[in-house]
Amino acid sequence: MVSDKKQYIIFRIDKDEYGADIGNVTVIERFINITRVPETPQYLKGVINLRGDIIPVMDLRVRFGIQEKEPDEDTRIVIFDINKISFGVIVDSVAEVMQLEESKVESVAEIMADSNHDYLSSVTKIDSRIITIINVEKLISDMMVS
Amino acid sequence: MDASQYLDVFIDEAKENMQSLNTSLLELESDPTNTSILNEIFRVAHTLKGMAGTMGFSRMTALTHHMEDVLDGLRNNRLKAGSNIVDILFKCLDALESYVNEVIASGQEGEEEYQDIIASLSDILKGEADGQTENKQKDFQPAKDGRTASGLRLKLNIYDRNVIEKAMEEGLNVYEIHIEIDKKCLLKAARAFIIFQLLDKSSEIMKSMPPVEDIEDEKFDYYFTVMVITKHNRDYFIKELNSVAEVRKVEVTPITLKHVENIKPGAVTHDVSDTDRIKAADREQIKTSAPKPGAIKRLTTKTVRVDIERLDVLMNLVSELIIIKTRLADIGVSDRSSDYVTTVENLERVTTRLHDAVMKARMVPIENVFSRFPRMVRDISRELQKEIELHMSGEETELDRTVIDEIGEPLIHIIRNSADHGLEKPDVRVEKGKNKCGNIWLKAYQDGNNVVIEVEDDGQGIDIEKVRRRIVERGLESEEVAAGLSDSDIIKYLFAPNFSTADKITDLSGRGVGLDVVKTKIESLGGAIEIETEQGKGSRVIIRLPLTLAIIQALLVRIGTEKFAIPLSNIREITKIEASDIQFVRDREVYFLRDSVIPVVRLGEVLKVPESGDTGETKKQLTCVVVRKGDKFSGFIVDSLIGQKEIVIKSLGRLLANIRHIAGATILGDGNVALIIDVNSIV
Repeated sequence: MVSDKKQYIIFRIDKDEYGADIGNVTVIERFINITRVPETPQYLKGVINLRGDIIPVMDLRVRFGIQEKEPDEDTRIVIFDINKISFGVIVDSVAEVMQLEESKVESVAEIMADSNHDYLSSVTKIDSRIITIINVEKLISDMMVS
Repeated sequence: MDASQYLDVFIDEAKENMQSLNTSLLELESDPTNTSILNEIFRVAHTLKGMAGTMGFSRMTALTHHMEDVLDGLRNNRLKAGSNIVDILFKCLDALESYVNEVIASGQEGEEEYQDIIASLSDILKGEADGQTENKQKDFQPAKDGRTASGLRLKLNIYDRNVIEKAMEEGLNVYEIHIEIDKKCLLKAARAFIIFQLLDKSSEIMKSMPPVEDIEDEKFDYYFTVMVITKHNRDYFIKELNSVAEVRKVEVTPITLKHVENIKPGAVTHDVSDTDRIKAADREQIKTSAPKPGAIKRLTTKTVRVDIERLDVLMNLVSELIIIKTRLADIGVSDRSSDYVTTVENLERVTTRLHDAVMKARMVPIENVFSRFPRMVRDISRELQKEIELHMSGEETELDRTVIDEIGEPLIHIIRNSADHGLEKPDVRVEKGKNKCGNIWLKAYQDGNNVVIEVEDDGQGIDIEKVRRRIVERGLESEEVAAGLSDSDIIKYLFAPNFSTADKITDLSGRGVGLDVVKTKIESLGGAIEIETEQGKGSRVIIRLPLTLAIIQALLVRIGTEKFAIPLSNIREITKIEASDIQFVRDREVYFLRDSVIPVVRLGEVLKVPESGDTGETKKQLTCVVVRKGDKFSGFIVDSLIGQKEIVIKSLGRLLANIRHIAGATILGDGNVALIIDVNSIV
């Protein structure tokens, strides 16, 4: 039953743990200077220079409605690549890479019936830890429309 | 043979050849007896036939083969290029285009055989005399045994006879020269080319067997025969030709009236006087000056095809290099040795030149786009039954390849608009006291770091009042607001989505999808579009496009804690102004710069830069960057200037495309990102 397992990158924002399909992650970077871009959504912090490429970066704290926090030693920017679109996500820290069985992943719809959080796809429980799986594609889908 | 790997090459070359076919056909239409144009058309048809044959596209080969037959008839004066022949040749071109499009789409030529076109081609050929057909075949199949009954290798026809007779009358010599090249010769076509050049210098080549095109394509054995008219004598040619390396044998036979006296005019009904006139004129040239090789046949420049992606990679590498160079130049400002400074300066020179070279490699003359318009205008004028003359200038202006690929569609749209809405019907024009033939001017020229393309017509211009009513009808503005709009503001509404004032929808325009799409496209290329119009006199559409897409000179400025880049090409001057000198005109801040009033734009507010502790409000003196868009000026207020830098424009990516006021980003020497201000969107 190998096919049942998928690798996820697990990261922390505030006190919660989140996971994302590692297949979409290109690289994890330490926090670097971000240049603000006007006329963009609040959660879009701006753009960074990733070895010559200009990559937009969003702050999940703002997206999740959590108090913003100054970047520190543990702050990371996780760079995703969805359909050839690269973007970064600021997280408090990256914990580990974990294999999760899909059968143990429950849909989030039953827990949170809130359409504003459609980028949260499912929830899984490992021992006493609760990990929310993020649908990374949904994070940028509303920006693609506009 | 699996030819699929050559498909890209085929498509590229076919497109290039069809373009030159298009140009030549248009030239032919206005100058139907010009043999050098005919030769060019024949060459192109021949090349296309060869290419299609190689790729196994049998239908395309068949079509080009028939074209070739007719063209051959034309250039040998057995047929005359009337407008119906040119029309059919245009149809052939269209058919070839759809074959190639099919090849692009599916890799196959498709099923269409264009029997009707082939039939018309055959009909034209049937018009010629039987005897002539026979003649032609002899001409084209080099006789191995050599001489004909007359003692000459070449078979002469009635036209040759006329030419020979005229030449004799003028005291010129006519020779048949038979040249054999050494069998060991590896590049016999090149050798033949040298011989032809030599002959061209001292004589005029009237006839060649096999034809020159075949010789150029190495489609000949080791010998060929030409007929020349010259003022030199026989010994001269024997001596000159024998001095060419790898020539094995030279035979020069004088052609006399005896050779031609038996040639009788056959059942030729075509007008001969024209050809005679041309040949006589040609001979005139020999007497006065030797015809320049290349003057007759358009020379195709030798090129290497490079995938545009490879150039992009190269461009990116150069960009990286420039960023690193900038960083290097910023290192250790305090303790630099003079060696270091010199080295960095040298590096700077080299990178600048490298950049120029790479940019040049990406530049393509706008002719590639323009060349399709004469044909288009010709078709439109027939369709609309308007007389239209298209005047083009500045075809040699060069633009980046990416821009060239994108600019065609918008231009087609604008030209169609001019033809359809702008120009009046001939009778209306006459009524208005205008020449009944309408004019469209298509101009391209370089203006600083921009390339400007103008489409101007001398038609009826835009009816401002009609547009004003339309704005109200469509509910875009209330009646009061619309009434207060200036003419130039009204014109801006033409670029609004789904805005059309056409009374009736024609095939050409008026569907209302149009100018807004054009505008979006041009802005996506970093350009700007404007319309000027005068009712009754005509309109002019002005498109400005950036010359280079990747690396520009820019002024770096500081606003609050942020740094921004303003393209130097947009800047007219930088000036310090007193805060108290800023005045208000209808809620807008303006400043009197010498004699003109320019609007003042506080960039920090437009770009929503967070307020820092010491606000600009308290400053008495402000730094004002005066920018220019066309003939409009505007003063940008910034906190301070950092300096002029060569910057590499990077896209903000698909997620941040179309951010207002921002044209892109660049990486500074310290690795941080600075945004590039889109001056056109702010002014």
